[in-house]
This record gives sequence, structure tokens and C-alpha cells, in this order.
Amino acid sequence: MSAISCIDMCKYYRQGDAVIKGLDHVSLEIDQGSFICLSGPSGSGKTTLLNAIGGLDTLDSGQISIDGERVDLLDKAELADLRLFHIGFVFQAYNLIPVLSARENIEFVMQVQGVSAAVRRQRSSEILKEVGLEGMEDRRPAQLSGGQQQRVAVARAIVSQPKLVLADEPTANLDSNSMERLMSRFRELNRVHKVTFLIATHDHRVMQWADRRISMEDGRITRDELQAGKGTPGA
Amino acid sequence: MAMPFSGLSLLAWRNLWRNYRRTLIMLLAITVGVWSMIFMTALLRGMVDNMVRQGITALPGHVQIHAAGFRDDPSVAHRLTRPAGALATVLDSEMVTAWASRIKVPAVISSEQDNRGVVLLGVDPVDEVSLGFVLDDITQGRYLSSSDDPGIVIGQKLLQRLETRLGKRVVVMSQDPENAIAERGFRVVGVFRAELESREESIVFAGREIIQDMLGIGSDVSEIAVLGKHYRTPESLVTAIREAVPADEEVLSWLQLDPFLSSMLKVMDGFVLVWMVVIFMALSFGLVNTLMMAIFERVREIGLMRALGMRPSAIVYQILVESLMLLGLGLLAGNVLALATIIWLADGIDVSGVAKGMEMMGASSMMYPVMEWPDLVLANLVVIVLGIITSLLPAWRATQYRPVEALGKT
Repeated sequence: MSAISCIDMCKYYRQGDAVIKGLDHVSLEIDQGSFICLSGPSGSGKTTLLNAIGGLDTLDSGQISIDGERVDLLDKAELADLRLFHIGFVFQAYNLIPVLSARENIEFVMQVQGVSAAVRRQRSSEILKEVGLEGMEDRRPAQLSGGQQQRVAVARAIVSQPKLVLADEPTANLDSNSMERLMSRFRELNRVHKVTFLIATHDHRVMQWADRRISMEDGRITRDELQAGKGTPGA
Repeated sequence: MAMPFSGLSLLAWRNLWRNYRRTLIMLLAITVGVWSMIFMTALLRGMVDNMVRQGITALPGHVQIHAAGFRDDPSVAHRLTRPAGALATVLDSEMVTAWASRIKVPAVISSEQDNRGVVLLGVDPVDEVSLGFVLDDITQGRYLSSSDDPGIVIGQKLLQRLETRLGKRVVVMSQDPENAIAERGFRVVGVFRAELESREESIVFAGREIIQDMLGIGSDVSEIAVLGKHYRTPESLVTAIREAVPADEEVLSWLQLDPFLSSMLKVMDGFVLVWMVVIFMALSFGLVNTLMMAIFERVREIGLMRALGMRPSAIVYQILVESLMLLGLGLLAGNVLALATIIWLADGIDVSGVAKGMEMMGASSMMYPVMEWPDLVLANLVVIVLGIITSLLPAWRATQYRPVEALGKT
């Protein structure tokens, strides 16, 4: 059974008289432990697909299952629990809580999960070091650069080791070194903990890391191919 | 999953101060609202308390015992024997702070120049002082020294009306049990002032034994006035006394003897609650507006928290905690300010400019704030309970945003 199963998903947006196809009869099967990049021009449906799988948006038709459970049938509280315990999000616009420090932002999800303060502290310290933000734990988002904020957002998404990470342009605003470190970390999580990654990106350097590339255009999948991703044996 | 309270509190506290100007303005509004609730209530309570005490202390007491028919015909024909047996036991018990038996009959007092209808009180001065008569009220001469003191003490206003003065003689005339005229001459040994001028004109004090002798009624009395622990709770005292006296004797609390005062008290209790609710209703518009604005500014953030897995109920709790913090700070400041004002004005506010109007209501021209702990608790409860209710709408509104829409807001 696939970890993620999407069947004939449709999502349409209305702008006045015009109908914009966010997702147009999209079907997709994703195995646990996949490392997938979504590519395509702006408005192709990448973000819509990520939002639908993550339960952030509803479909007009079709169904989504994660580990056999229908996401489209869950209520608000169940969806919240799904996102909390099983999915890590990296949004296009970082989206940090402005009144919390970098460390507190990273610990936020763990705190809602009920993880103890000591464990939260330990994990957040480790991840801050990994993303190169040691010494900046107590800074608030307004005191961080765009790239630093992005790293905090990524750290928040992966610190609780979710089963699925949905990342929308996670490497925007990152320099090459930071990008390489981040993707390497993603790959490690994928390899060691079988975390499934679905990354929407324009960045060709990021696409090289994927085992599978899915191209989208006008709400449809135009190409779906396997490749030897960077950081995997045989790449 | 719900975020622990410590996390919610931290988030709520920091969000409260994101727009510190708006928060401070709202805090000021809550502080002033709470201050006015507590202080104005204390002032009103003091006024009513003063009215009630003026009305019942010193003379009527909390409970009165009369012979049947006395209230309809307060003459010497309706008399009581002096307390003995079971009644004496009750009057000696812890339920009773003080008691006094007295003669109370209508009479006419005449000087060389004029005469007036008065209520003649034959008293034991020691008992009357313990019941509440204040010796400082004597402005000229002295009060009675004993129950067989041959002198008379009259009010300042009556002294003026009779065009007499301290040391002069007056004649007091009443009716004895056989309806014959009973009269006696007295020397004015003392003059008293009262908060109410009407009392100064209508009441005269003489020794109880002297009046008993003048009326030929032996040791009988007209009424027994009893002071309990608190004027608000005379019922238990009434019950105890009723069980100790013959069935034909009338035992009534001040609530029954003075229905006007009694209703004033009930109206006051209701008014206090209405006053507090009205104040809070005015405050609540500001509170709702403040919270709605705060939520409107944080739509994206709320969407983010939902996206990260925070349940809608946790969003509601966070907003409510934020609201409670705001209310809590306002309550603290308002309570402190109100208590400080009450302490500062403990010596009273002089409203003698409207003394006549106050006297018509039975209140004195000095207003003393009286804070009762139930009022303080009520004010705080009203703010907290109504505050939570008022905050529910903005909190619910916060959960209605779909995460994907909220995240897209700028």
C-alpha cells in the first residue's frame, strides 16, 4: 500500500467569471520513504497539491489517503492531529510566529505535541546547530535575515521527525552552502528514518537531490520520472 | 492536542504587548471601569448603610418587641412587662449586642413661648448608649445620668422652636392608662444634635422611672429594642425572641417596621448588580473591538498555528487566556485604585450642599464609602465571567479561518 494515495483530485478557484484549475484530475501514488521534487511554473498547482495532501485545503472532488486513512474525510481536529504528529510543513513564506524566538518557534510543534521541556531543549539545540543558527536561539524573527528565518522554518518542520515533510520552496533565500547542508540533512532523514519528502521547487540544484521528479502545468501532472537522486547510492 | 497552559500563557502574554498602545488604552478602560464599579458601589452602600443605620440604630434597633396593637395606637394602653424568664435569657445571649426597654408615648412639650407634639422617650441612658445613642451628640449641657434623672434632654431644633434654653423649665403632658392627663415639669439639662433635624424636633428623652411614675404604669414599658450582630441578618434574632415571648406580643425586625428602608436595601442590592453589568457592557465593546483587531492582525499567524497542528479549541483557549490576562491586569489595577480611594475617603465626603435633599431620603450630609467584600467579589466576578463570554465571539471567529486562506493573508 502506498503511503500517500491521491485519486482524481480536482480543485478549482474562481476569480470573477474565470475558473482557475488548481488541480485538474490529478492522481498520484507516493511510497513511504520517497524523496520527490515537484517542479513547474508559478500557478501550475504545486502549492495546491501540497496543501491538499497536508489537509490545509479541501478538494472539490477526488480523494487523498495517507497510510490508508482518508484525509479528505477527517474533521478539523483530526486534520490538526494529522499535521501535528505526522506532517512537517515548510511554507513558501517562512511563516514564523513573530513573538517567539528562533528556539521557541522550533520548539512550538513539540510543545503542542506534549514533548517535555528537556527533550525539546535538547532537540532544538541540535537542530539549531545543524542549520547553522547556533547563537541566534533567542532572536525573534524580526531580528533574523530571510535566509535565517527560512532555516528556522525548516528546522521547525523536521525537528519532531514527522513521517512526511511538505516543503514549498524551502531553499529560497539560502546560499549554496546552506542549501547543500539543508538538502543533505533532508536526505539523511529520508535515508535513516524513511521520512517522505515532497518538495516544490524551481531550483534545479534541489531537483538533483530527488529520486523522483514530477512536473506540473495548469493543474495537471505532465511528467513523472525516476532518477538517481544526489546523496543516494549510485547517484 | 492541546498546548500546555505555560505555552499558551507565554504566547498570550507576548501577543498582548505586540501593540502596547492599544493594550494600555484597553487596560486603562478596564481599570477605570472596575474602579467605578467598586468605588461607586461603596459610595452607594455607604449612603444606604447610613440611611439604614440612621433609621434603625440607637432608637429602633434591629428588632422591637411591642404589645399587640401598639403600632396602631402607640399609647401607654399597650404596654409590656419588663423582660424576664426566657426573654431575659435570649437578651443575655451572644445573639444580642445590646438592648433597651423604654417608654415611648406621644406627648406635648410646652415652654413659656410655645408648645410642640413630640415622642416622649423614657429611657435608661446607660442602655441607650450601648444601643447606639452617641454622647457626642449632646451639644449643650449633659445627657441623662440615670433612669431616675429628673431632667429632660431635647433636640437643638426643638429648643429653637420652643424659644427656650438650657436650664429653663418645660412641661411635658401625656395620657395615663385611664386616659387622664399626666403631666410633669422638667428642667432642660441637655441639648442634642442629630443627623436629621426632624429627630431633633420630634424626640425628647427623660428618665424611664420618672416617666413610669408620671404615667402610673409601675415597671411596665412600651417597647424593647434589641440590637443584633448585623442589621442585614435579624431573622434569627426575631425567631429566638418570638419563641421566648407570649404569643400576643409583637416581635418585628426593622425590615418589617420600616418597609421603605427595607426596600431601599433590596433595591440597592439589585442596583449594585445592574450598575456593574452596565459598566461592563460599556467596557465590553472596547474589549471585543480590541480582541477582534488583535485577531484580524494575526490571521496569518493563526492560520500558521492551525497548519502546524494546533486544534481550533487551542486557538480559542489562547485568545481567552489573552483576554483573561488583559482583564486580570485591569482588575488588579482597578481594585487597588478603588481600595485606595475608599481608604483615602474614609473620613467621608461632605455633601452638605445638598443636605436637605439627603435628609429627605433619611441620609446624612456626609457620605462614607463602605466596601463590603461580597460587592468586591461580585465586581471581579462580573468582569471575569462577562469578560470570558464577551471574548468567546472573537475567539470563535479566530477558528473560522481556513488555514490555507489565513496563510495567504498579508
